[in-house]
Amino acid sequence: MLHLVLFLVFGAICVAGAINLLMQSHPISSALSLVVVMASLAVEYLLLGAEFVAAVQVIVYAGAVMVLFIFVIMLLNAGEEERTKGSHVALILGIPGVLAGGLLIAWTLLQRSNTGSVPLGALPGSPKTIGNLLFHDFLLPFEVTSVLVLIAIMGAVVLAQRAETPNLPPRKET
Amino acid sequence: MLSLPIYIVASVIKIALVILILLTAVAYTVWLERKVVGHMQNRWGPTRVGPFGLLQPLADGIKFLVKEDLTPPHVYRPLFIAAPMIAVVCALTSISVIPFGNAITIFGYSIPLQITDVNTGLLVVLGVTSVGVYGVALAGWSSNNKYSLLGGLRASAQMISYEICLGLSLVGVLIVSGSFSLREIVEAQSGHFWGFLPKWNILYGGQFVAFFVYLMAAYAETNRIPFDLPEAETELVAGYHTEYSAMKFAMFFMAEYANMITVACLATLLFLGGWGGPVFGPPLLQSLLPVFWFVAKVFVFLFIYIWVRGTLPRFRYDQLMAFGWKFLFPLAIANLVLTALIVAYKSSM
Repeated sequence: MLHLVLFLVFGAICVAGAINLLMQSHPISSALSLVVVMASLAVEYLLLGAEFVAAVQVIVYAGAVMVLFIFVIMLLNAGEEERTKGSHVALILGIPGVLAGGLLIAWTLLQRSNTGSVPLGALPGSPKTIGNLLFHDFLLPFEVTSVLVLIAIMGAVVLAQRAETPNLPPRKET
Repeated sequence: MLSLPIYIVASVIKIALVILILLTAVAYTVWLERKVVGHMQNRWGPTRVGPFGLLQPLADGIKFLVKEDLTPPHVYRPLFIAAPMIAVVCALTSISVIPFGNAITIFGYSIPLQITDVNTGLLVVLGVTSVGVYGVALAGWSSNNKYSLLGGLRASAQMISYEICLGLSLVGVLIVSGSFSLREIVEAQSGHFWGFLPKWNILYGGQFVAFFVYLMAAYAETNRIPFDLPEAETELVAGYHTEYSAMKFAMFFMAEYANMITVACLATLLFLGGWGGPVFGPPLLQSLLPVFWFVAKVFVFLFIYIWVRGTLPRFRYDQLMAFGWKFLFPLAIANLVLTALIVAYKSSM
């Protein structure tokens, strides 16, 4: 009972954070709303019984990814967003689009009754289960993903590298 | 198994006690630091308030409470007020999963010396401390001041970089003990190697390398010398907390020292055998000695912290990043691979 109430409350917080993320005009406020979304998602995982996933959600998304977002916003000192003509178009087309998409997903899920459901607190989410799944059952997809991430990192390094300036003497490493 | 009302009462008492002890410990760590650094620099440190200046933290606390709380006009108020709260709440929350000793028996109830025993305890500490970065970063940004902003930027870059090394240095310990629960990790360290050497993780295989990486990353995570670039006085006035005064400043101060204590507790639990140590004497002494060993080990760790502060100069920023990414990170990965190989080899025998 308590689980269900908490689940609904944090679900509502999650949705409210997501809506606030779109409504805010300042990048920092939007980013902080996204932190709220991530954190309440972590609580939802916790209530489903997936403690490990919940902890990783907080460490990776709230603690690292979003800190980098905020770091970049601080570094660029991004100001308030301004409304343009395009934002009106987005408002008129976007809201019906989101509604249609949501209805489509809900309808598809309801049609397929064999998707199954998990009672609260019963998701097999212990570190051991996840480790076995990742490094035994899904070893190849896991390794392919890690190669993909490596490629992305190398791409970022190549893009971030400045062109060599031959006139300046090379900086001395100390 | 405890009944619900007793469980709630016991939990509330434990939470109040832990916060009281933690804040007292924070106050006296500050006193210890001023005293020890003072003697290292050939001066006395606080002497006026009470014997050996022992009441100095109390006087400081009163001073923080009654000073005027200035809010500069150009700050972004909501975040300026929220930032120190985030910092101190995260610092105090992470202590909640730290066990201080075995269960003790009071009035026939067995009560574990820990606010809550989560089976992913270590991850909870890492998660909560990683959220603590927001306090520092947002303080720097919302102050609307160049020095603060630079401090906040440095802090977030530094903490993210060293968090990776911190996490990786702990994976070796996790492989050796096979659990995320802090209590089980400590219990796995009871016993002796060859009959006399305590079976601490720091003495297992290459774990002293992991301990070194942990030590460095922990200093960086808590913004302590030689990694105190976010608040480098000589270049940034006071870094991210330049604009803060009175109790808001005290909150950052409390958060820093509470984090130091959490890091010391974690080091004790993971590498130094937790509350393990010789236990003897009458039953009362037997139940209190583990707590004493735990506190003693934490104290030694804190003393090293202060010692390092009194000894080393500050890193330059590029040195800091190079040290983290080009030295500590490969070292942590090498240790991880080595530990995994040792454990796999031992379990295959």
